[in-house]
Amino acid sequence: MNSTDDLLVIDGVTKAYPGVVANSNVSFRIRKGEVHALLGENGAGKSTLVKTIYGLVTPDKGTMVLDGQPYAPPEPSAARQAGVAMVFQHFSLFDALTVAENIALGMETPPKRRVLARQIREVSEAYGLPLSPNRRVGDLSAGERQRVEIVRCLLQNPRLLIMDEPTSVLTPQEVEILFRTLRQLSAEGTAILYISHKLDEIRALCDTATILRHGQVVGDCVPRDTSARDMAEMMVAAKLDTPVKHPGAPGAEIFSVNGLSLPAASQFGTALKEIGFSVAKGEILGIGGVAGNGQDELFAVLSGETRTAPDSVTFEGQAVGRLGPHERRVLGILSAPEERLGHAAAPDMSLTDNALMTAALRMRLAPGGWIDWRRVREYAEHVIKAFDVRTPGPGTAAGALSGGNLQKFVVGREVLQNPGLLIVNQPTWGVDAAAAAHIRKALIKLAEGGAALIVISQDLDELMEISDRITAICDGRMVRPRPAQGLTMNDLGLMLGGRDPEEEAAA
Amino acid sequence: MIRLERRPAPSKSWTYLAPLLAVLATMIAGAIMFALLGKDPFLAIKTIFWDPIFSPQFGSYSRPQLLIKAGPLILIAIGLSLGFRAGIWNIGAEGQYIMGALAGAGLALALYPMELPILLPLMVIAGALGGWAWAMIPGLLRTMFNTNEILVSLLLVYVAEQILSAAAVGFLRNPEGGGFPGSRNLQGYPSAHNAEIIANSGIHWGVVAALIAVIAAYVLLQRHVLGFHIKLAGEAPRAAKLAGVNPARLILFCMGVSGTLAGMAGLFEVAGPAGKISIDFGAGYGFTAIIVAFLGRLHPVGILLAGLLMALTYIGGELAQLMLSLPAAAIQAFQGMLLFFLLAFDVFSHYRLRIATGRAA
Repeated sequence: MNSTDDLLVIDGVTKAYPGVVANSNVSFRIRKGEVHALLGENGAGKSTLVKTIYGLVTPDKGTMVLDGQPYAPPEPSAARQAGVAMVFQHFSLFDALTVAENIALGMETPPKRRVLARQIREVSEAYGLPLSPNRRVGDLSAGERQRVEIVRCLLQNPRLLIMDEPTSVLTPQEVEILFRTLRQLSAEGTAILYISHKLDEIRALCDTATILRHGQVVGDCVPRDTSARDMAEMMVAAKLDTPVKHPGAPGAEIFSVNGLSLPAASQFGTALKEIGFSVAKGEILGIGGVAGNGQDELFAVLSGETRTAPDSVTFEGQAVGRLGPHERRVLGILSAPEERLGHAAAPDMSLTDNALMTAALRMRLAPGGWIDWRRVREYAEHVIKAFDVRTPGPGTAAGALSGGNLQKFVVGREVLQNPGLLIVNQPTWGVDAAAAAHIRKALIKLAEGGAALIVISQDLDELMEISDRITAICDGRMVRPRPAQGLTMNDLGLMLGGRDPEEEAAA
Repeated sequence: MIRLERRPAPSKSWTYLAPLLAVLATMIAGAIMFALLGKDPFLAIKTIFWDPIFSPQFGSYSRPQLLIKAGPLILIAIGLSLGFRAGIWNIGAEGQYIMGALAGAGLALALYPMELPILLPLMVIAGALGGWAWAMIPGLLRTMFNTNEILVSLLLVYVAEQILSAAAVGFLRNPEGGGFPGSRNLQGYPSAHNAEIIANSGIHWGVVAALIAVIAAYVLLQRHVLGFHIKLAGEAPRAAKLAGVNPARLILFCMGVSGTLAGMAGLFEVAGPAGKISIDFGAGYGFTAIIVAFLGRLHPVGILLAGLLMALTYIGGELAQLMLSLPAAAIQAFQGMLLFFLLAFDVFSHYRLRIATGRAA
């Protein structure tokens, strides 16, 4: 391989944090104009590595060479000057400002507003990312917000563009647009370092892949020639078994939502409009949708955190709309929210405390209000064991666990309470492949045992894998649920856009 | 380059170490301040921390004073700590303390001079209700109109002070007092007098109530679901909501308990050590209790110790004013340092200090 083709050479980069080595002697090279995937489980050290490249983290050891020059950015502005740009997983945009104002804020020396607006238009058109500079970011969809971030990077003419989980908030159609843009950039000579969990995307987009495990490079491959399964197994160093859903005869209807409308709670919230659906015993209903289309609002209505008119939500024939989360738990309606830290769990409290949080009632951990700490600890240990939560013990603070382990704990805490209905929002968000398979298997088993499940997820593969029926939420409206069997990705894309594939076909 | 790095989990040892280091740093900084004021720093520190307990000359007077001062501080701080744990900020305990004293003393003065064995218990209930009612104002405004309980409870202190002076010169004034402001002295009204239980010990019913409050708060926080919900609401409000905690009910409970205990503290004070309603009855216990609550890590046992320590600095401070003619403001600054250093050292229970060496630019 000709070394002058190399854009960035990373050699022996090591970074240790107290108690954990995030990167250990990591070496690999990115060639000019290639799309290079960085693969690994959560906690494998991908984030630390890209932060090192972007100047947010100073490595303890090791060197980097960018285009023949020694490269050790002390801060992100130095990285940007050297031609390295990054689009973060979580956007850093101000809702109340316009697109142009947001982009100007990220620049060291922003040009005049009019010049900048023209540049934004030019760049966005050149790369097929339509974007109006004068629109307020608060009014944009997640996909459009990501365009703002990408255009902000492209205005710097980067030689290397780092993208951290860029497709997690996009519809399949938007993913296609993004990929076209990335391929165009690559053809023009910009290298792209692409981080994702979605192996099929990596196979479709990337030229090479470097795989990290426990902070070390454990291999590389050409994604086009490697199956998704092989890549996943390289990441976790174990054989994976994909959970299989056995579709049984649908049971009796147990839970329904009827004609539910709810105004937006805040300026940037989503109003729910005329939502109605039902779930049967033993059934998993998947609710897809792009982030910010009303999933959080819907979850709060289902869990009881937001109360509604009594008969807009019914469970076993009983109107439960006015009942709070505690009263719903009495009936057997349990829920696990998306945000692990601060919502599903209290980060600074121990796992024992967190077990008590939602299991006190059904597991009789506090008879008469007096906490039986021995039983609480036993239940926490039970969850840890049954769901293979990697932690020193139940006394560990929830915030000290990795995302995947905490998610296993949160889901396990609800599943083991033997719910009649379980509502889960993003069950495997940011969770590595092995943990995700474990969680999905547990959900399927729960449904096979007769419980009804509502799974809200942005991961379409996940929905296809576990759901009996699938619906989608778009701008606070829900499309008609359809059997998962026989749905195509194209159908799903239409549903995420709020359209009914059957009606489209008929039209 | 020195940086603060967030710890994955709060450090247990720093939680206990921070108050000790804060006391130590306060002693050092206070000594420097006293030296700058031209006083012997070692003598000043010894006068404040040692002499009130161990001096053969003053000990017999100041040891009971220690409990008399610590009692209301601990009682109020225990109530405040529950709310502070839950993220509910009652800053107006001083006002609730005054209103409790007015309600309880008002009841006694209305019945004067009737001797009634259960008068003192009735006064305690009246005092508790007075403080509770005063705390319900910010509590209800918060739950109904989402007003800020910090501002409302604080401003109600000044309202309470106005009512206090109106009472002292007007409707509760001693008719036999020759026109001077101030009510009858309840120490001269046997049924209403909150007398020392053991003579010259400083232990009156308020001190007993403070001890009971410490134990009750400890049990509540360690063993009861309600205490767990209080902690959860403070740590993660959304998680608490998911757990089924009703935020409005929690606010009313915490405001109510802190108001009740502050009102009882006021009653025990007016019926005991103070003896009467006077214009300067509010001595700042309600505000100092905020410091005590935080100095005690919002933990019942910690508050017990912090209340005793704070009372010590009060009595020692008075002694230092008397013996070394230190200005009163210097003593207040000294007490303020204690909270300042505590909050500063507190950072280390959540963050660790990293000193980057070598390559950092």
